Amino acid sequence: MKLFFHLGRYFILIKRVFSKPEKLSVYVRQIVHEIDNIGISSLPIIAIISFFMGGVITIQSAFGFTSPLVPLYAVGYTARESMLLEFSPTIVCLILAGKIGSNIASEIGSMRITEQIDALEIMGINSAGYLILPKILAGVFIMPFLIALSMFLGIFGGYVMGIATGACSSYEYIFGIQAFFEPWKLYYSFTKVITFAFLITSISSYFGYYTQGGALEVGKSSTAAVVYSSILILIFNFLLTQLFLT
Amino acid sequence: MIEIKNISKSFGDRKVIDDVSFTFEQGKTNLIIGESGSGKTTIMKLMVGLHEIDCGEILYDGQNFPTLGVKEKQEVRKKIGMLFQGGALFDSQTLEENVRFPLDMFTDMTKEEKLDRVNFCLDKVQLTNRNNLYPGELSGGMKKRAALARAIANNPQYLFCDEPNSGLDPKTSIVIDNLIQSLTKEFNITTVVITHDMNSVVEIGEKILYIYKGKPWWTGNSQDILKTTNPELVDFVFASGFMKEVFNAVNKK
Ligand SMILES: Nc1ncnc2c1ncn2[C@@H]1O[C@H](COP(=O)(O)OP(=O)(O)O)[C@@H](O)[C@H]1O
Ligand SMILES: [Mg+2]
Repeated sequence: MKLFFHLGRYFILIKRVFSKPEKLSVYVRQIVHEIDNIGISSLPIIAIISFFMGGVITIQSAFGFTSPLVPLYAVGYTARESMLLEFSPTIVCLILAGKIGSNIASEIGSMRITEQIDALEIMGINSAGYLILPKILAGVFIMPFLIALSMFLGIFGGYVMGIATGACSSYEYIFGIQAFFEPWKLYYSFTKVITFAFLITSISSYFGYYTQGGALEVGKSSTAAVVYSSILILIFNFLLTQLFLT
Repeated sequence: MIEIKNISKSFGDRKVIDDVSFTFEQGKTNLIIGESGSGKTTIMKLMVGLHEIDCGEILYDGQNFPTLGVKEKQEVRKKIGMLFQGGALFDSQTLEENVRFPLDMFTDMTKEEKLDRVNFCLDKVQLTNRNNLYPGELSGGMKKRAALARAIANNPQYLFCDEPNSGLDPKTSIVIDNLIQSLTKEFNITTVVITHDMNSVVEIGEKILYIYKGKPWWTGNSQDILKTTNPELVDFVFASGFMKEVFNAVNKK
């Protein structure tokens, strides 16, 4: 029953979030601010994780493909497919759920408990729209770029580490990452990213917005935001994969 | 003018506000006084719609606020300025941005006009040239004053202040009290102030509602209150020995 309560309240909140903004210029300013807050600040962690994961995937697959029947370029091919289909769109989004989700929930949660949200409402501002819409739009806009970067750095990391450790040759790797490329798979990946971006930003905002109590509860909201965003990412990952790949 | 008629409110099964009626008059500083926990803040939040009333009416110049639609409520709220007990300044914005916020949202003023207005308001609360500080860098009293500057920025028609001078030194308290009163007179605002500072009560209490355990216990003005015989109110007013001495001294004359 708790589930239906949350679902109902979530959809009511989302409806308020997407009602007409009071003043467009203020919203645009907020969106720019959030792009910086959500996107740019996540760059370092994404870069490091993607580079090293790409490298490790490459070394692992080179290590696994010992049979003479498997061509050597399979290493590059595997690195590309893993990064493009699953690692960057899903795993990196899970990591971002932790970083962005807790950030959003604690920011909105502390605004709730210090009556800043009430102050907005009193001024006649739709606080849900003002606080949450810019975060959702910024997330949905910037996350595909972050993930594209992650894909690139992952494949690049595979190249650098593959060559450095002697796991594969430059020619084979580069041949492999171009082999059997099917562009529609990118469509699948980026549909996932946009969905996950919406889930992370909206769910975390929801938990922040309905925080009650004090600092302790802000911490709890922030944890709930990360947990539920992650679970929903996994569920939607499964659903979208079923939809696209079968 | 704001009239509240027979409003009640329960949280769970605890009745926090019990059948309160009062008229807050335009151009006057109307006070709500009472012990802490008696329901003062709750009444104010009911009036501005942050809590929903269980029953009763809240009339803003005749318009019954709780029954208005979302859009109409927003229109009324644009005319409200509110100072929260804790200030409720936006942490991520500087003082200037905080005070400018209602102007950004609801006016078409130019940059220069807004800056003038912001500086005027900050000046009024004695925070001149503190434009670029963040709320985290302010003392409690400064936060209160900055919040008051924000509340008055967009020339409100109704001004609500929840304990505007708790946490302030006596001198600044008087400045804030006088500021609230002069704004009220100058712009003919309907002002509602919650306080338990007896000094303010005597200074600016043109119309007073005393709340005792959620019930409207006594109404009057700052002259009446010193002559009251209502036992709970006497307790409240003369809780400090100082007030008692002042009272005796006045009566002896
Ligand atoms: N949101 C709420 N939920 C439950 N109880 C509340 C809530 N807000 C206030 N109360 C209770 O209502 C009573 C009056 O509170 P309040 O109006 O804040 O008092 P005051 O402002 O006079 O100090 C208190 O006993 C408080 O515990
Ligand atoms: Mg209070």
